[in-house]
Amino acid sequence: MAPHTEQLTRPAVQLRGLTRSFEGRTVLDGIDLDLPAGQFTALLGHSGSGKSTLLRAIAGLDHKVVGSGQLTAPEKVSVVFQDSRLLPWRRVLDNVLLGLDGKEAEQKGRAALAEVGLAGRERAWPSELSGGEAQRAALARSLVREPELLLADEPFGALDALTRIKMHALLRELWRRHQPSVLLVTHDVDEAIVLAERVLVLDAGGVALDLAIEGDAPARGEYREQLLAALGVTEGVG
Amino acid sequence: MTTATTTAPPVQAQEQSHPVLRRRRGLSPGRRLPASRLIGPALLLALWAAAAAAGQLDPGAIPAPWTVLRTAGRLWSAGTLPTDILTSLERAAYGFTTGLAAGVVLALAAGLSRVGEALIDGTVNLNRAIPTLGLIPLFILWLGIGETFKIAIIAIVVYVPIYLNTHSALSGIDSRYVELAEVQGLSRFRFIRQIVVPGALPGFFVGLRLGVTGSWLGLVVLEQINATSGLGYMMFQAQNYGQSDVILVGLLVYGIFGLVSDSAVRLIERRVLSWRRTLSS
Repeated sequence: MAPHTEQLTRPAVQLRGLTRSFEGRTVLDGIDLDLPAGQFTALLGHSGSGKSTLLRAIAGLDHKVVGSGQLTAPEKVSVVFQDSRLLPWRRVLDNVLLGLDGKEAEQKGRAALAEVGLAGRERAWPSELSGGEAQRAALARSLVREPELLLADEPFGALDALTRIKMHALLRELWRRHQPSVLLVTHDVDEAIVLAERVLVLDAGGVALDLAIEGDAPARGEYREQLLAALGVTEGVG
Repeated sequence: MTTATTTAPPVQAQEQSHPVLRRRRGLSPGRRLPASRLIGPALLLALWAAAAAAGQLDPGAIPAPWTVLRTAGRLWSAGTLPTDILTSLERAAYGFTTGLAAGVVLALAAGLSRVGEALIDGTVNLNRAIPTLGLIPLFILWLGIGETFKIAIIAIVVYVPIYLNTHSALSGIDSRYVELAEVQGLSRFRFIRQIVVPGALPGFFVGLRLGVTGSWLGLVVLEQINATSGLGYMMFQAQNYGQSDVILVGLLVYGIFGLVSDSAVRLIERRVLSWRRTLSS
C-alpha cells in the first residue's frame, strides 16, 4: 500500500548497481534504487555513510570520483545545500535568477521569493539576511527552475531549532504545491519522519532499511525506534 | 549597545545594602573622534608654523610654511610649476595605465587557464624577485634616457602588485561557488562574468591601491636620478642651488598626488564593492 511500491509512473530516479569509491574505499556498493516521480524521500545515515556521495552522484557533481553503475535522473534537477550559498555580491533577486535571464524569469523569481515569504527583500544583499531567510532564498533559487527533482543536502542543518520547524512546514508546503520528487539527506531522524513519505537508511554502502511513513502521530514513535535501530543507536533510559 | 566605557557607579550606591550591579570594564577603544585622521597632521603643521614664527628653525634648512606657499605661488605664476606637474602626471598616467592593463590581462590569463598559469605565474614571480629600480641602468641602455624607459619602469612597478593580488583572488574563488555554478548550469562565460570576476574584485582593488602607490614611488625615484624635466628635476635643481623651499613645494605636490589618487581608488572601491559595506559598517 505504500506509495513507493505502486509505481504507476515512470520513476524519476533510477539507480542500478551504483558504485562509488574514494581512494580504494568503497562508499556506495552497488545500490539499486527507484525514486518515483513526486515522492518525498529522506535519506538517513551516519556521517561517512555515503549519503552526500549518493546525492552528489544523482546531481552529477562527482566529476573526479571513481565509480560504475547506471543512473537515470530527470533533466531539471535543483540542489539546496547546507549553506545557502548565495553569492554575496548579488542582490537576493539576482541570486535567485542566477543562470536565468529575461523578463519572464524575473517575474518567476519575484513570485518564488514571495512564495518563500521574502517578498520585499528582492533588493537586499545576502549579508543582510538571517540564516533562515538566506535558506529561504536558496529554496526560491531552486524552485524558480521548476525542478522535477529537488535534492537537498542537510538544508536545515545550520539553522536553529525554531527556524527549522518553520522551514519544515515551508518545504512540505512547497513540495505539495509543486510536486517535484524530493531527496532530502539528513542525519535527523525526527526531521525525516516529519517530512518524508519514505525513509531510507544508508549503511555500509547499501540501503539498510527502506521504510514507508504512513499515518499520523501515533505510529511515528515506532518509526523512530525502527530507524534508530537501523542506525545502530540505542537510547538510554531517561 | 554602547561601546563607550562607563564610569564607576556613585559612591552612595555602594553604601546601600543591596548589591550594586557593576558594569565590566569596556575594552574597545570607544567612540571615534570626529575627523580623527586630520588631527595628527594639523598638529604637526601648527607645531611647524609656531617654531618658524618663533625663529627656532633655520630658514635655509626648513623654511616656514608660508614661505613654501609663497614659493609655490611664484613658481606657478612663472609657469614652470604647471609644466613640471603636467610632465610628471603624464608619465605616471602612462606608466600606471600600461601596468594596470598588463597586470589584469596576465592575471586573467594565468587564473583562468592552466597553460596560462604555467607560462605566466612563474615568470612574474621571477620578475618580482628582481628589484625593479635595479633595472633602470639596463632600461636606459635599451630604451634611451627619454620617456619610454621611465614609463616602462613605472609600468613594471605597477603591474606586479596588481597581478599578484588579482591572480591570488582568482585562484582563491570558493569551490562551493564553482559547484553552485555547475548546479545552476552556468556557461563558462557566465561563470567567469558572474562568479569569477566579481569574486576576484576585492583582491584586484588591494592590488590597485598598491599599484597607485607604486606608480608615485617609481616616479619620484626616476625623476630624481634620471630626469631632464618634471617635478623631480625641479627638486634636483633646487638641491644644487640650496633652495629648500622649492624642494618642499615638490614634496607637497607629490603628497597631494598620492592623497588624491588613493582617495579616488577608495571611492571607486566603495562604489563597486557596495555589497561589502554592510559587513564593515
